[in-house]
Amino acid sequence: MPAETRTQKYPVGIASVSLGEIERRVGEGEAPPLPPNAKLTYIGKPVPRINGRAKVTGRATYTVDVKLSGMLHARLLRSPHPHARVLSIDTKPAARHPGVRAVHVLDAVIGRAVETTGQGAAVSSGRRVLYVGDPVAAVAAVTPQAAQMALDLIKVDYKRLPFVVDIEDARKPDAPLVFDHPVRSEGFGGGQIPNELPQHGNVRGPNTSASRGDAAAGLATADVVVEGEFRTQVQTHSCLEPHAVVADWREDGLTVYMSTQYTAGIRAQLAAAFGLPLGRVRVVVDAMGGGFGSKTGVGNYVLAAVALSRQASAPVRLVLDRHEEQIDSGNRPATVQHLRVGARRDGTLTGVSIDTYGTAGVALGAGVGNFTESIYQCPNFAMAQSDVFINAGPGCAMRAPGNAPGAFAYEQVIDELAGKLDMDPLALRDRIDASPVRREERRVGAERFGWSRRRPPGSDSGPIKRGLGMAQSLWGANVQTNSSCEVRILRDGSVEVLSSVQDIGSGIGTVLAQVVAEELGLRPDDIVVRIGDTDFPAGPPSYGSLTTASITPPARNAAYQALRKLLETVAPSFGTTPENLLARSGGISTVDGRRSIGFREAAAQLPVTQISAVASRSDDYGGFGRKFGDMASARNALGGVQFAEVTVDTETGSVRVERMVAVHDCGRPMNPLQLESQIQGGILQGISYALFEERILDRHTGHMLNPNLEQYKILHSRETPQIEVHILEYYQGNSATDAYGIAEPSNVATAPAVANAVYNAIGVRMRTLPMTPAAILGALGRVPHRS
Amino acid sequence: MAQHRQQMSRRSFLRGSGVGAATTVLLDKTLPDFLGDAQAAEDNTAGPGAVPITLDVNGVPCALSVAPSTTLVEALRDALELTGTKLACDRGACSACTVWLDGAPVASCMMLAIDVGARKVTTIEGLAQGDELHPVQSAFIAHDALQCGFCTPGLVMSCAALLEKNPHPTIDEVKAAISGHLCRCGAYPHVIAAALDAARNGKT
Repeated sequence: MPAETRTQKYPVGIASVSLGEIERRVGEGEAPPLPPNAKLTYIGKPVPRINGRAKVTGRATYTVDVKLSGMLHARLLRSPHPHARVLSIDTKPAARHPGVRAVHVLDAVIGRAVETTGQGAAVSSGRRVLYVGDPVAAVAAVTPQAAQMALDLIKVDYKRLPFVVDIEDARKPDAPLVFDHPVRSEGFGGGQIPNELPQHGNVRGPNTSASRGDAAAGLATADVVVEGEFRTQVQTHSCLEPHAVVADWREDGLTVYMSTQYTAGIRAQLAAAFGLPLGRVRVVVDAMGGGFGSKTGVGNYVLAAVALSRQASAPVRLVLDRHEEQIDSGNRPATVQHLRVGARRDGTLTGVSIDTYGTAGVALGAGVGNFTESIYQCPNFAMAQSDVFINAGPGCAMRAPGNAPGAFAYEQVIDELAGKLDMDPLALRDRIDASPVRREERRVGAERFGWSRRRPPGSDSGPIKRGLGMAQSLWGANVQTNSSCEVRILRDGSVEVLSSVQDIGSGIGTVLAQVVAEELGLRPDDIVVRIGDTDFPAGPPSYGSLTTASITPPARNAAYQALRKLLETVAPSFGTTPENLLARSGGISTVDGRRSIGFREAAAQLPVTQISAVASRSDDYGGFGRKFGDMASARNALGGVQFAEVTVDTETGSVRVERMVAVHDCGRPMNPLQLESQIQGGILQGISYALFEERILDRHTGHMLNPNLEQYKILHSRETPQIEVHILEYYQGNSATDAYGIAEPSNVATAPAVANAVYNAIGVRMRTLPMTPAAILGALGRVPHRS
Repeated sequence: MAQHRQQMSRRSFLRGSGVGAATTVLLDKTLPDFLGDAQAAEDNTAGPGAVPITLDVNGVPCALSVAPSTTLVEALRDALELTGTKLACDRGACSACTVWLDGAPVASCMMLAIDVGARKVTTIEGLAQGDELHPVQSAFIAHDALQCGFCTPGLVMSCAALLEKNPHPTIDEVKAAISGHLCRCGAYPHVIAAALDAARNGKT
């Protein structure tokens, strides 16, 4: 069917600077161009979140609150050893324990690098456990206590093997091997990791595919070269709601309640894993207690819960405890980055080289993303990235994977370069950063922040030193095109919007209500939002900052198409054609406004109880910048600039962030209230990453020494600075809403902004995260450096 | 419903660390000597097996039978099906499980249900007066003082308790009152604004 198209004009530019228009050819099903937010009623307005009342009264239902009739409780038995071969498992005593209904042995596990024979086939040579906490078996019983007791009865005979948990030890030629064979990446959420890379010992790489030009020659022609080695730590997601699942296997299909960032993806994975047709698998999540990248795929705990449910013919609930969360629910990989950056006297970059190695434990993907390769213009760029395997729980995506550690290093090198060139860091970026949006963000931010107050490094004479710093963000303007949404208009005038998209906490349900209300001339309260259930059209995941960009255009288009059907129904009663009718202010009226009827009155004319339209994400008007499978990115990435003001107590080593100013762009801002919340959250997680958080492994036992929430230090209220958020309205005419996400960009710039401010305060550059008091005192020469 | 088996101590003591396990063993061996009177110790010992108790929860007396090892949060969530109170760390480190005991905020994961006695328990479900939200709840919605919302019931309880005691707190007093709460989404700025706003607009 040849798609009909029409040409329309869309607003383009930054609203606070100047707006123009651009012509786009769009498909027939596309809603007409939206004017800038100033002319809209609900889009771009601080609409309170629709599930706010449920959340403040305790009525919101999280996965941990799901209770089904006859539900069993499951627990996982985990390896106490960092590396061992499982010689035998005796589950019989556990199976006989009172109350036990099912016991499952995890013969195969997922979520980590997969050993192959070299031809790509997976190696199968008996189960080896690769880290402390590696799941071995699972028990379902009538109470959690009975399940826990039964676990203690499972007898596992382990042959302990040599192990390594320190990244430097793991790189040594004689280090114990985590994997005996070449590995490939697991398919779940790992992004694009090449399968064909050299692997020597525990080191896999380097991946040099992002290189361009001749970095060595570029560096040789530089007037100034800055060089440094940076280290970032392992950060754990520490979602407040633990990973949780209730699996309900029945003869006619499988229903899984799960705290997940991607209902539609989980459905596909479970269907594949258990040989079920997609139509026989349903995944549901109502309220969701945080994910940050760790709840994107099916984990071993989910596969175990489903297997137990199948075995016991009963629903099975499996919720990880906090210790399990810390050791085996994913983490942000550690990195070591060696950078060399060369520039001419005027700041123009002549060559950049970056060598990195990092560790995601037994998984792949400890790289630095696309920050270093793309944020600044430089024709000569060399990047070599390697993964180092250690006997630790698998890493996975965490808010701005790659780019957050990448920015920590590169934005400090650029700051140092500015110092060497005697240029203001903002002026240097004006020269090397081609983004007009970030240029405006720097201008706005500098003004609001009072950047002109910045003094030379180490200017304070007393023990408490104040410093100002800034850094920038970059993240792809990502879209998943496999994103669908349905809008229904019912005969009583009620309206439903339906999609399997889930609310991770960013408030997408509220945004959907705003979009549909705007299109139908109703109020957001009038819209019934049904999401988080694969019974509805398959929506996008909640990761990669792509949710808003993926689901709001189809939501608007579906509302537009459903409305057209309604207008066709009522047009005869107006004695006109649908084109002459509008939906606004709770009614349907003629374009000239002379005649109108209420929306309910109009809906009452429907010949059937409900009309409906389903729309899917169309390609960006004018095309994507990149597209691979269902995933795509707009031509222009998301930016953002953050400014930090810190004080450093040089006697205690304590760093205090006092104030942050953040200026961000996300296309058309949909809900400034929720956006502000999310940006504040990104910043606070960034400060926490910069100053506090670190997984500590005991190199003698392989155990995590701080597997809880009191010794794994996370930012709390007392460390929360004053935060000012400014959001640019940036129109590009890319889709029916022209909206993008904010989760990742709000996190990328924070740690380097704080680090640059710390440098400005004390005149010593902190190249290792976290910047703890001990690290600060060590850098100041007040205590011996910790190794 | 509560068919919990008696355990020597909370399972997290046994599970958490070597130190915890060692302490338990030590206590088990020395407790009778320490008390000096084995008979007195027996009289004060609950269990084994389930113990009948009555909890006053949100103004309603609730008779239930719990294993001595059952924490208050477990009794609320599992036995009474009041799931608004959240369990996130199970060791008093995050305050997600905060409820009021005679009006004072406590971590309900750190208290045994059998130790509550006659004290009045108020949970997030009992804070609103019918359909009328507590001013702190309304302010949380207005200021978007939450994202995923999992820490929210606990934060609301602590903010509301603060305002009962101190109707006009400073920003530092609000920060101190919620300093034990972990909000991983980082809603603190809006939580603080909401608490201050509720103090300005709330009933006093």
